[in-house]
Amino acid sequence: MSASDRFEQLREQANGTASDASSQAPPVLTVVTIALSLLLVSPLVWLAIHASEMPTHRIVALVTGETAIGVTINTLVLVTAVTGVSILVGVPLAILTVQTDLPFRRFWTVTSALPLVVPSYIGAFAFVSAFGPRGELADLLAPFGVEQIPPIFGLHGTVLVLTLFTYPYVFLTTRASLLSFDGTVVEAARTLNHTRWEAFKRVTFPQIAPGIAAGALLVALYTLSDFGTPAIMQYDVFTRMIFTEQQARNLDSAAVLSILLLVMAMGILGVESRISAGRDGAYVSSGDRRPGTIRLGYWKLPATLFCAAIATLCLALPIGILTQWLLRSESTAPGQFTFGLTPILNSVGLAAAAAAICVVVALPIAYLAARGDSGLSSLPERISYVGYAVPGVVIGLSLIYLALRFVPFLYQSVIVLVFAYVVRFLPQAVGTTESSILQVDPSYIEAARSLGYAPLSAFREVVLPLVAPGIAAGAALVFLTTMKELPATLMLRPTGFETIVTYIWLVRGAAYQGQAAVPALILVGVSGLSMLVILRQERR
Amino acid sequence: MAKQQTSQQLSEFETVETSVSDPDHTVLEVSGVSKDYAQEEAVSDLSLEVKEGELLTLLGPSGCGKTTTLRMIAGLEEPTSGTIAIADEKVAGDPDGTFRKPEERDVGIVFQDYALFPHLSVAENIAFGLTDMDDADTDQRVDDLLELVDLEAHHDKMPSQLSGGQQQRVALARSLAPEPDVLLLDEPFSNLDVRLRVEMREEVRKILKRAGVTAISVTHDQEEALSISDRVAIMNDGDIAQVGDPAKVFENPESRFVASFLGQASFLSARVTDEQLETGLGSFDLELLNGPIEAYDGAMIDVLVRPDDLQAVPTSEPKADGYVVHRQYNGPSFIYRVELHSGDVVHCMHNHVETFEAGQPVEVDLAADHELAWYPAE
Repeated sequence: MSASDRFEQLREQANGTASDASSQAPPVLTVVTIALSLLLVSPLVWLAIHASEMPTHRIVALVTGETAIGVTINTLVLVTAVTGVSILVGVPLAILTVQTDLPFRRFWTVTSALPLVVPSYIGAFAFVSAFGPRGELADLLAPFGVEQIPPIFGLHGTVLVLTLFTYPYVFLTTRASLLSFDGTVVEAARTLNHTRWEAFKRVTFPQIAPGIAAGALLVALYTLSDFGTPAIMQYDVFTRMIFTEQQARNLDSAAVLSILLLVMAMGILGVESRISAGRDGAYVSSGDRRPGTIRLGYWKLPATLFCAAIATLCLALPIGILTQWLLRSESTAPGQFTFGLTPILNSVGLAAAAAAICVVVALPIAYLAARGDSGLSSLPERISYVGYAVPGVVIGLSLIYLALRFVPFLYQSVIVLVFAYVVRFLPQAVGTTESSILQVDPSYIEAARSLGYAPLSAFREVVLPLVAPGIAAGAALVFLTTMKELPATLMLRPTGFETIVTYIWLVRGAAYQGQAAVPALILVGVSGLSMLVILRQERR
Repeated sequence: MAKQQTSQQLSEFETVETSVSDPDHTVLEVSGVSKDYAQEEAVSDLSLEVKEGELLTLLGPSGCGKTTTLRMIAGLEEPTSGTIAIADEKVAGDPDGTFRKPEERDVGIVFQDYALFPHLSVAENIAFGLTDMDDADTDQRVDDLLELVDLEAHHDKMPSQLSGGQQQRVALARSLAPEPDVLLLDEPFSNLDVRLRVEMREEVRKILKRAGVTAISVTHDQEEALSISDRVAIMNDGDIAQVGDPAKVFENPESRFVASFLGQASFLSARVTDEQLETGLGSFDLELLNGPIEAYDGAMIDVLVRPDDLQAVPTSEPKADGYVVHRQYNGPSFIYRVELHSGDVVHCMHNHVETFEAGQPVEVDLAADHELAWYPAE
């Protein structure tokens, strides 16, 4: 099918008033797109096939074995703790910055959201360097006769680091629901003899609860699939164990653990989709009066200190550590690690390839989802979201199976690695593209045609310019997130192929942390840029 | 059985109505209240009294301070100065700086957008303010109110499942549930479409009267204010310009502002010469005017004429008072704008079969069968 044919069909679809059969989703496009999306998730099928080929008693032994049970418990404890603490940190911060007379509210709003730009493994790296044995704090306290500081490794360190760099999900979703919340209902409650606190409990809280839950589930999903932080903090969860087993060539065990991890991720996603479905079509009070500001009074100082403490831990500390490394790297000998141009070029090349492919694949998927009218037309979109739910380690592992079995010559090649990125980050491109298509009123095309434009030129002159920023934003997001992807890169890269991320991983264990300062700062910058892209998209 | 209960509950409301209506008792007293915001004074030195069981409407253009007044009565805004007393108890004001919070006043509000709690059912919304009752009493009260607003069948529905008119009645029931001393209605009909608005006006007035509650409504819609209120207070620039019986206020506006705000008012300039009134429509007896006119002998005055006071009769050029310059078609009637030779512009209402074209010379007759209000010329 030529590109112009496709555009013609897309236009037919967009033209909602056309009553003939051609206004239905073009079947060829639907079929092609579904096939494409199935190809993308196919690696997971091979994971299942690999597991099913194992003898049953072996599977049972692995699932009920000490490793699997221990890892499951560890993971559950970690996810619960990080999610719980994130709520305890994120919700008060959101309420303080939205509804109270906290001094410098705007400043604290920014500092509360900003930790999201620090990739959690960089944060973990900085925390180990600060609080670990022979870390900065230990060095600082040694002259005072403090021999030992509490170890940072293990559960509490992992909880601390993951909470500090993921609570902004809860903060942002809670803040969004507080901002969209109609203050008139609080006034209604007050005139119905409820104090401010009672009104919060009975009216405000039930209405922001879905927002809090949405953020908490994002935190849970992130925690479940994060590889870098538990690995650095030496806490045995699924991701770390899968990686270890794969490195040790225990592929059976890795497959079983991966499937267990997938089941947990699907469980979290299931809860999330139930919550967001429950919010659809809900009656929303249409008033836009802001709830009155809560006066903090005596609590002003403790509240400010709370915000400051969180900002110090999440921002000042890691950035301080990175800066210190940067300064120190000048003086110390570079040793065997040299951070040159090659890893940067490799990272940029991979990210650009992933972004380009994602954009091309995302366009038909997004168009079908936005304009199609049958359940079938949103199927490719839903399939593509699998990549969002599946942790990077699992995708990495599946592709190893697939490559080893069918295309051994591609094993440990850049092609498989880029394929992994596309599977993982396609949902970002689909999301931004789809929302920009949805914003284009189909009647624009009708307007252009009534002004004498042929269908194709109407699409080119009207729709494309309006959709282009969304497509570009999707490409930028994929590019930036690919740059900082850790587990799949570690598992799938060709031997000796270094990127910014693998370089940091290499330096991690060694004492030459100064060498990690530049790449780490680059990654923080890359993360920051992707946040900017998301924020700009949301404002549109 | 169910039928019997229903009639019992109904009669309960009727007794409520008769028992609370003590028309001499002042339930709400607002005196000398002002509200300053950083930039402007929203309400200035406003005083108002509302009697028990009365329905008073604050009517005025947007930005006149009527909603701010309502919010101060509710306790949602604190007055800068002045006092407010509800049921003989001071809830806000100097000199001691009393300020009762909204939850400490027996005031109910129906908000412009209803502000129903989206996460609670109709019954739960109505029961929201009934915190002091046990479960059985609460259920009983909710059932009574649902019957009062005629929504028994919607007990368990969510607000999102209701139409605009139903949402409004739930909001009304919810605010009536705790038996407030004063019920406030903020632009209660503005979110309804025109046809429903007229219907709901009647309905709401009926419900309020059956509940026997003292109510203050705020609106910028004069038809609404005149049709539902016991008394209407016209507001302008943060103060009350005139308050009284709707018909009396409409007939005898005390100021040019009130006159021009109500109805489609025109002013006919006239000279008072002993016993006669010289106008662009000819001479008239001074008896036509209301109020003492003696002091204005020889002076110019402006006489208020509304479209229904005037009749245009097509005539030939030499006998004409002026020309039709515009025709406004309202369905049942036409309103013609006529430019008089004297320079005044007046409006005449005609039924829909009498059509004249613009440019038609007309003679304008004064057809009013009531005394006309007038104001010294500016």
